Order: sequence, then structure tokens, then C-alpha cells
Amino acid sequence: MLEIVILLVLVIGAVGYLSARRRVIAMATQSGVRNHSLPTYHGAFVALWVGLPALGLALIWLLLQESFVDHLILSSLPAQTIEGLDDARRSLVISEIRSIANGQVFGAPSPEMVEAAERLNSWSDLASWAMVVTSTCLALVCLAITRSKINPEFRARHGVERILDGLMIFCATVAIVTTLGIVASLLFEAYRFFERVPFTEFLFGLNWEPQIAIRADQVAGAGAFGAIPVFLGTMVIAFLAMVVAVPVGLLSAIYLAEYSGPQFRNTVKPILEILAGIPTVVYGFFAVLTVAPAMRTFGASLGLDVAPNSALAAGGVMGIMIIPFISSLSDDALNAVPRSLRDGSYAMGATKAETIAQVLLPAALPGIMGGVLLALSRAIGETMIVVMAAGLIAKMNINPLDSVTTVTVQIVTLLIGDTEFDNPKTLAAFALGLVLFLVTLGLNVIALRVVQKYREKYD
Amino acid sequence: MTSQPMPESHDWQSDDARRRVRRRHAADKRMRFYGLSAIGLAVGLLGVLLVTLILSGHTAFVQTMVPLQVTISPEKVSPDNIERGDYRSLVRGAFRDLLPIEMNRSEERAYRDMLSSGAPFLLRNRVLADPSVIGQTIEIDVPMADPVDQLHKGVTPRDVPEDQRRVNDLQLGFYDRLVEKGLISTPFNWALFFSADSRFPELAGLSGALVGSFYALLVCFLISFPVGIAAAVYLEEFARKNRWSDLIEVNINNLAAVPSVVFGLLGLAVFLGFFGLPRSAPLVGGMVLSLMTLPTIIIATRAALKAVPPSIREAAFGIGASRHQVVSHHVLPLALPGILTGTIIGLAQALGETAPLLLIGMNAFITSEPGGLTDPATALPTQIFIWADSPERGFVARTSAAILVLIGFLVFMNGIAIFMRQRLERKW
Amino acid sequence: MSEVEAMRSPNPALTRAAAVAAPATSAQARVAARDVNVYYGETHALKNVDIDIYNNEVVSFIGPSGCGKSTFLRCLNRMNDVIEGCRVTGEILLEGQDIHARALDVVQLRARVGMVFQKPNPFPKSIYDNIAYGPRLHGIAGAKSEIDDIVEISLSKAGLWKEVKDRLNEPGTGLSGGQQQRLCIARAIAVNPEVILMDEPCSALDPIATAKIEELIDELRENYTIVIVTHSMQQAARVSQRTAFFHLGTLVEWGETERIFTTPSDERTQGYITGRFG
Repeated sequence: MLEIVILLVLVIGAVGYLSARRRVIAMATQSGVRNHSLPTYHGAFVALWVGLPALGLALIWLLLQESFVDHLILSSLPAQTIEGLDDARRSLVISEIRSIANGQVFGAPSPEMVEAAERLNSWSDLASWAMVVTSTCLALVCLAITRSKINPEFRARHGVERILDGLMIFCATVAIVTTLGIVASLLFEAYRFFERVPFTEFLFGLNWEPQIAIRADQVAGAGAFGAIPVFLGTMVIAFLAMVVAVPVGLLSAIYLAEYSGPQFRNTVKPILEILAGIPTVVYGFFAVLTVAPAMRTFGASLGLDVAPNSALAAGGVMGIMIIPFISSLSDDALNAVPRSLRDGSYAMGATKAETIAQVLLPAALPGIMGGVLLALSRAIGETMIVVMAAGLIAKMNINPLDSVTTVTVQIVTLLIGDTEFDNPKTLAAFALGLVLFLVTLGLNVIALRVVQKYREKYD
Repeated sequence: MTSQPMPESHDWQSDDARRRVRRRHAADKRMRFYGLSAIGLAVGLLGVLLVTLILSGHTAFVQTMVPLQVTISPEKVSPDNIERGDYRSLVRGAFRDLLPIEMNRSEERAYRDMLSSGAPFLLRNRVLADPSVIGQTIEIDVPMADPVDQLHKGVTPRDVPEDQRRVNDLQLGFYDRLVEKGLISTPFNWALFFSADSRFPELAGLSGALVGSFYALLVCFLISFPVGIAAAVYLEEFARKNRWSDLIEVNINNLAAVPSVVFGLLGLAVFLGFFGLPRSAPLVGGMVLSLMTLPTIIIATRAALKAVPPSIREAAFGIGASRHQVVSHHVLPLALPGILTGTIIGLAQALGETAPLLLIGMNAFITSEPGGLTDPATALPTQIFIWADSPERGFVARTSAAILVLIGFLVFMNGIAIFMRQRLERKW
Repeated sequence: MSEVEAMRSPNPALTRAAAVAAPATSAQARVAARDVNVYYGETHALKNVDIDIYNNEVVSFIGPSGCGKSTFLRCLNRMNDVIEGCRVTGEILLEGQDIHARALDVVQLRARVGMVFQKPNPFPKSIYDNIAYGPRLHGIAGAKSEIDDIVEISLSKAGLWKEVKDRLNEPGTGLSGGQQQRLCIARAIAVNPEVILMDEPCSALDPIATAKIEELIDELRENYTIVIVTHSMQQAARVSQRTAFFHLGTLVEWGETERIFTTPSDERTQGYITGRFG
């Protein structure tokens, strides 16, 4: 249906473009008045005014049509069918009707259902055609109105530019709308979660067993949604990742910035960047396939019992992923230290190592700290590596050889294969998401500010 | 003022001084060594990662096959109902004919299990594609079952006790006979690229995931490219510096650092929950990915616009062009290579994103290619995730192979970006 | 051959001969450069420079931009080593010892030949730590009290002690430009060098700060040999006893400041000091 609308609107728009052009040229030659704008602008003005409202209407229509029809269908059902049902059951009824309407019949549906499915099909068709008709009408109305405005004195270029301005502002606000969407959806779902589970229990509880809450009568299961062990696990893995990434990244940066020749630097830097470009699902597989078994074998040879999904394997591999963040940001920070400080130190008779340790690192510290904070936020928000390589069970454990779980692991496992937003189990994922968003946002804001301050200092 | 005596002149030649200098130089060398080892470690780990993937993945690029001579008798496959034909017995019979020796029932079952359970479907597809073969004898290559495949490729060892093998001694004997007769071949595994997912590793391929990723990236591109450029042009060329534009700017920078899983939550709550868009659809995947790609494109576009020297704008203004004309006629075309480079890099990132796609259900088990933007589908990274989670031995190699394919695409895209950066971007 | 004649002669060999017949004030030159050439990659930046620098004197290097005066200055403490692709040939003797010899370590050389740069470059550390940096590195002083003494003496010599003695723990970058430059001078003299090199030390300073630094240079002459690169001929005339004029990578002529400014022997020098180019 959308295709038909697009096609029709394109045709009407093209007609509008050509006719407006011809009209303004004809009027200009007839009256001898010089056009304010090029004929193309008159055409574009009409075409834009024809296309944009009609397409916008069609898109909004499409987005809302389904839930609107669902609503109508539900209210058209006999009262006793849906009476006393909560939202979840209602959506089950709807999806059953939908699958019947699509011709997938399981078992013997009740006659009301079959009837409703037929109604659904006919109403959906009706709604789609109504969309085509309304959008086309809107396009035609716009065509008539704008075409009547066309005359040589009309400032069509200003009109077009104003439309483009509006479009650009709209696009620029998409970023804001996205952030608002994130905040709103997280807050909304998290609020619903906290209606069921007390806020303090979530933030300070020591027991995380979301799986027991699948059945509605077990929602109030005591201590099931205490997120402290999840937070603790996240910190353990992020800490391990930083233990790997910070020394390796920082030392690499020091070598690249201070010791290496340009050729070595130009070869090695892109290679390190590759580490950042590898998708995280690949690291996850690497952790499971290679690193975890290797650590288990190595641990066994030392007489240590290493869990198959140990925090060390997940954190270590995450550290590898983060190395290039630390190294490139530290490299930038070291390079931003002015040459004069190096000269000053060398002229005092300091060796390179002394200059690095006593002058350059202290001077670059804010920049490096900013990079470390960004990397930390990255480690906390990283998902695939831990989903594949870390544990699922939340325990109060800081032993890196044992398994821990993280916020992101819980979000993914709570939501995979479950779309109903009605029980604390799925809603808990949004509460965790909210915490994750706030923490990473905080880290980023601080880090960006630190880095910016630092840049200003030496610019 | 300067009458105070300086401490006595330092004796630079004393043993103490020499020792000290030696120690300091040694410390310098140590620092150098640490730096070099850190780089060596990072590069070495990258090497280990790639080598592991190649070692474990290369076997999936070939497939152990046997040729079957199948006579499609009309009794088994009626031309009126090709879908419902008894392909299983046809395939079994033809496979049995390959090894004309006496077998008892259990031996026969063990022998039969060596062939992929998907073989009848391959035959069915062949007949469906060309119904005229009914009544004729055709030759068709079908894959062996995963255990035999792994054994033949040498992934699983054969000289271990029987209970540690998935191919028992009986089957090993049959296998050796088939090899002796030269019936087993390992051609390039086209199915990896042209089949969709399957429960059986020997049949599973990436075509569904490739098409799904293509659709998702297409949607992602169609949304993020125009929106990103428009937003960047507005911020860079039109917006006055005020609170509002600062807010947008801070917003974009922070959006670039929001964890990807949070975008998944957004997609789940808003696109699926609020707007009721279909689950597992590349359309929704592409929309979520476009929100993640947007900051990358905006930042790259702004950098490209900034790189266009002001003199060009002034020249165009000087001959009476409007701001819009200056931007669209002069600035944008000059900045385009930089914008495209940034866009390709952004799309390459989007291609590798997994977590948000998991949350909107693009990890479904789907055995056919999606036919449109709203059909359930998987994407390349989520397919990797699904396969990595599968217990069958054959999926390990498939997963690595899928990763190699994914990395291949990423290398290709980044290669284009680097090429464009070097060739097309002008230095002012 | 009289000294004056030798000085007038544009022939470098003759100039060298004059240098060997050194003035009576010191038996031996503190720094002696012989046939020094500097290359930056393919560029021949400094050609066949021969010069002697004597004890307790201020020598100024003058010449138009890019003439090689700073390059030569940086040869004297091997700061050119740090620059990628830079090659130095010839011989530079410090107290008769070749500074490129293996026996003389570059870190020791730089402690003995201190340097002050064009832009004040205090380390982002406290005033105290800025001064203590060198002594600690070279192990000149270990105990806290010794370092305290060195800090006080160095700052006093640099004329900064009275201004900063109550805020030694504040960052050196918080001082004014002139104070920062004097801090850098104090930092250089804290390791008690034999020679101090100054690369246009006043070019980033206002006239009052410049006057203070010039006064300081004059006082420091008592204990140190000072080489100063300057753009300003007035400054060269005010602070230095000897002046060397560089032009297009060659040392055109050198000698007593008064003579160079009144009766230069080379017409290029003449042209420069009378403002015809530069």
C-alpha cells in the first residue's frame, strides 16, 4: 500500500513540478515581469509541498494503523471474551486473531475469533485503502493551493529554502529525539518495574534471581531483584578488562609517541585500530573458543579450578578489545604535550624515560584519564563478549577465576525471546538498562569534559 | 645577590656518576622494551585471534559430499504433488546402492546415519526446480552428516577409543570403503553462501543472514545518510551558536557513546512496543542501527564540511549566491568524499553490531531468506551468535567461517573507505 | 698577521688562525667548534662553522631568520639529536673534550651545558620541583636539605627568590611570563652548568621583563659562560662581550661586540647591522 502512495505522490509531485515551471514561464513572458526565482524553484516549491505532507501522513498512518485496528477489533469482540483480562492476555487474544487472519490456524478457534479475524482482514484492507485515498487527496489539495500561488513575483526560492531549513532542523533534532526516546522508554518501563519491586530492594538487595518470577503469583518473591551482585559482577569484569587494557594501551602509546620512528608508527597504529574494528561478537566467540579453554588448562596445570565461563576470560578478552581506545587516546594526549616541555626536559639532561615519567605523563594525565574513563564506560556497556563468555548466575563473588554475571548479560537474557512487558522479569531489564545508561552517560560526560579542558590547556 | 656560593662543582667523571648514568640509561632501555612488548602483545593477540579463526573456520569452506544416482520414479514422487514425494526412501536407496554389501538392520541404520538428514530436501528442491526429471535417473551430490564431515576434514580424530567419537567403528568401516571407492569428495561449500540456516550444520548457510544484513543496512543507510547529512549541514553551516545548537552537539557526542544494548532497549520499547512494528524484522533492525550510525555520520560530515576552506564559501557569496546555494552547489560536493568515507565506516560498524539486534529478536531460527523488510530474519552477527551457541561440532567451523565472511565484508568496506580517503579527499 | 686583519679576512681558515691566537683572558676556550656542518635530511643547514667561546663571557649569535644561529646553538648541547633526520659533523670541544665522544654521555653533557628556550617552558610542576628536577636526575643532591639549599641559591641567582619564596609549592606555570623565564634560568643553573645556552630568551617577553633578564645575564656572566641567540642587535650590543654573525648557514664573522657593530669586516655584516636586510 505504501508503494502505491509513494508512486502516486511522486507522479502528482512531478506533474506539479512541470506545470508550475511552465506556468511561471508563461506568466512571465505574458506579463513581462521578471521572475523573482528561477522556474526550477517554482517547480521544486510545488513538488515539495505536494510530496512531504502526503508522505508524512502516510507514514504516520501506517505507524498507528495497526494498534488502532487492534483496538477496534478488541472492542468489537463480545464483552465476555475480553472482560477482566489484563493487557498481556488482551495482546495474546490479538495475536491469536492475527495468526488466524494470516491463515495460520492452530487447533479449533472459537467462532468469535474466526469472525474477528475476518473483520480484522477487511478492516485492515479498508484502512490501507483509506490511507491511499487520504494521502492522494492531500497531495492534490496541496497541488491546487500551491499552484495557485505561483506568479513571477512569488519568492519561490525563499519558500524552498524555508522548507529545506525546516527539514534540516527536523533532522538535527532526531539526535535529541533519540536521546529523549531512550530516556523516556527506560524511565517508563523502569517506573513500571519499581511499581512491582521496591526501588531500595533493587538498588541494595543482595539476591538476584529473576527467573523465579515468571509466574505472576511469585512476583513478590523476597530478594529476587536485588541488583548488587549484578553490579558487582559488572565491576569485576570491567576492572579485569582495564587491568589488561590500561598498561598495554598506555605503554603502546608511550612507545608510539616517544620512541618509534614515523614508519613503525604508521604501520602499527592501523594494526592496533583493527582491534577496535572487530565486531564484539567475534571477541565473544574467541573468548569461548580459545581463551576460556586455554585459561582452564593453564589453571589446571597450576592446580587452580577455573570456571569455564570465568570472569577472567571475559574480562581479559574485553581488555584486548579496549586496548586501542586507551592507546589512541593516550597517544593523542601525549602528542598534545607541547614540544617545548620535552625540549626543556632533554636540555636538563633527562633521558627519554625520565622525561616521559616525570614530565610528559603528569602533563598528559588529564587526557589519559579521560581516555581511561571512556574505555571504562565502554567496558561497562559492552554486551556480546560477556553474553557469550560470562556467567548467567548472579553471585556475590569477586574471584576472577569464578563466573560472574553483568548488567548487560542480564538485560539480554531477560529479554531474549520475551516481548511481553507485563512481568517484573522483562521490566527488570529496563531498570538495569536505566542504571547502565545513567552510569555510562555520567562517565562519558566527565571524560569528555576532562579531555576538552585538557585540550584547551595546550591549544 | 649572587654572592651565595653554589654547591661544589659536580664531579662528572667519578665512579658514582658513571654508575648513575649507566643505571639511568638502563631504565630508559627498560621503558623502551616495555613499550615494544606491549605493542607486540597487542599485535600478537590480534594475530592469535585471526589465526584461530582461520584454523577453525577454513574447513567450513569445503563440504564432504557423495554423489548419488537417484531414479525419480513416479510412484515415489507424483508429478501432481511434487512437494509430498517420498524423497527420503529415494535418497536412502541411492545411498545404499553406493555400498553393495550385506548389512543387517542395525548396520544399515548406522550406515544410513552417515548421510545428512537434509539430503531428501535437497533432492526435493532439485525436483521442484525441474519437474521434468521425474521418471529419469539423475546424479546429485549430497552432503555427508556432520560427524563424517568432521572426520573427513580431520577436525575430529579417528584414532581415539570409540566412545570418544561420534562416528562408531561400524561407520568408520563404511566410511573407509566409501573413501576407497573414491566416492567422497570435498568441493567448495557453495551452500555456505547460498543456503539459509538449518538445524543440521552440514546444510546451514548464511544466505538468510546475508540478505537480512543487507536489508537492515539498506534501511540504516536510507535513514541515517540523508538525516545525518542534513543534521550536520544544519549544525555546521546554518545554526547560530546558541544553547540549542550546543545542546544538540553535546547530545550527539554522548549518543555516540551510549552502549549499543541500550539502543536495543529503545527499539524494543518504542518500535516494537509502542508502534507495534513486527519483531525480528530487518526494517526495525535497520531503524535501530540507523540511530546508532547517525552520530558517526554527523561527526564525519561536520569534519568534512569544516575542511572545506572558507575562501570557497566567500567566493560563492561574493557572486550573490544564497547560503543554500553556496552549500548545495559548492560546499557539499567538495565535502562529499569525506562524508562518504565516514558513512562507509559507520555502516561497517553497523554491520558488526549484535546486541541491539538480539533484543529486537533478529536471532530467530529462520530457514529461509527474508522476502522483504518486514519478514523475520537474522543478520550476519546474530547468525554468528546463534551458531556459536549451537552444540554440534560442525557449527564451530561454521561460526568461524561466518566470522571470516563478516570480517571479509568489514575489510572490504574499510578498504573502500581508506581508498576514498587517500584518492578522493582533497588536501587544502 | 695581526688579529684585526685576520678578522677582516672573509677566509674561514684565516679566521680560525685568529681564533687560535686566542685573547689573553683565558688560556683555553671553554667551547671550541671546528668545521661543524649540520644537515636536515638533504638540506645543508650549517656550513663549516669554527668558533671559540671563552670563560665568563657572554657571546651573542645574531643574523637573519633561518641563518642557522639556533641550529648551531642546539649543536652545543646536542639537542639536535632529538630531531628526526638531523646529522651533525665536525668537532665540538667542551673543555677540550669532544662532546660526541662515547666517554661523554649526552645526559651529562646537557647537565654541563644548560639551555633556556625562546618560550618559557616550566614543567607543569611546583616551582620547587621545577628547580629540583635537574639535581634529582643527576644525583647532585640527595638529602632534602641539600635540595632546599640548591633551590634557594638557584632562585636567588635568577633573582626570583624574593618573589616566590612563599609559594614554592605553587605550579610554575602560574607565574608571569618574565618570572617563568627566570624560573627556567634558575632551573638551568640548579645543576651548576659550565655553559648556559639561551635561544632568544626574551622574544616572548615584554620590555620590562626583558630588561630584568638582560640584567640577570650580566650578573650570571660572573660564574658562567653564556651563549645567547638574539634577534635584537640592541640586545646583543647590550649584553654580550663577543658577537658572531651568521648568514645563510655560514658564520660570517665573529669578534668583540663593539668591533662587530662599529667596524664590521664583512659587507654582509655591515648590511645586516645597518638594517639593509634581515
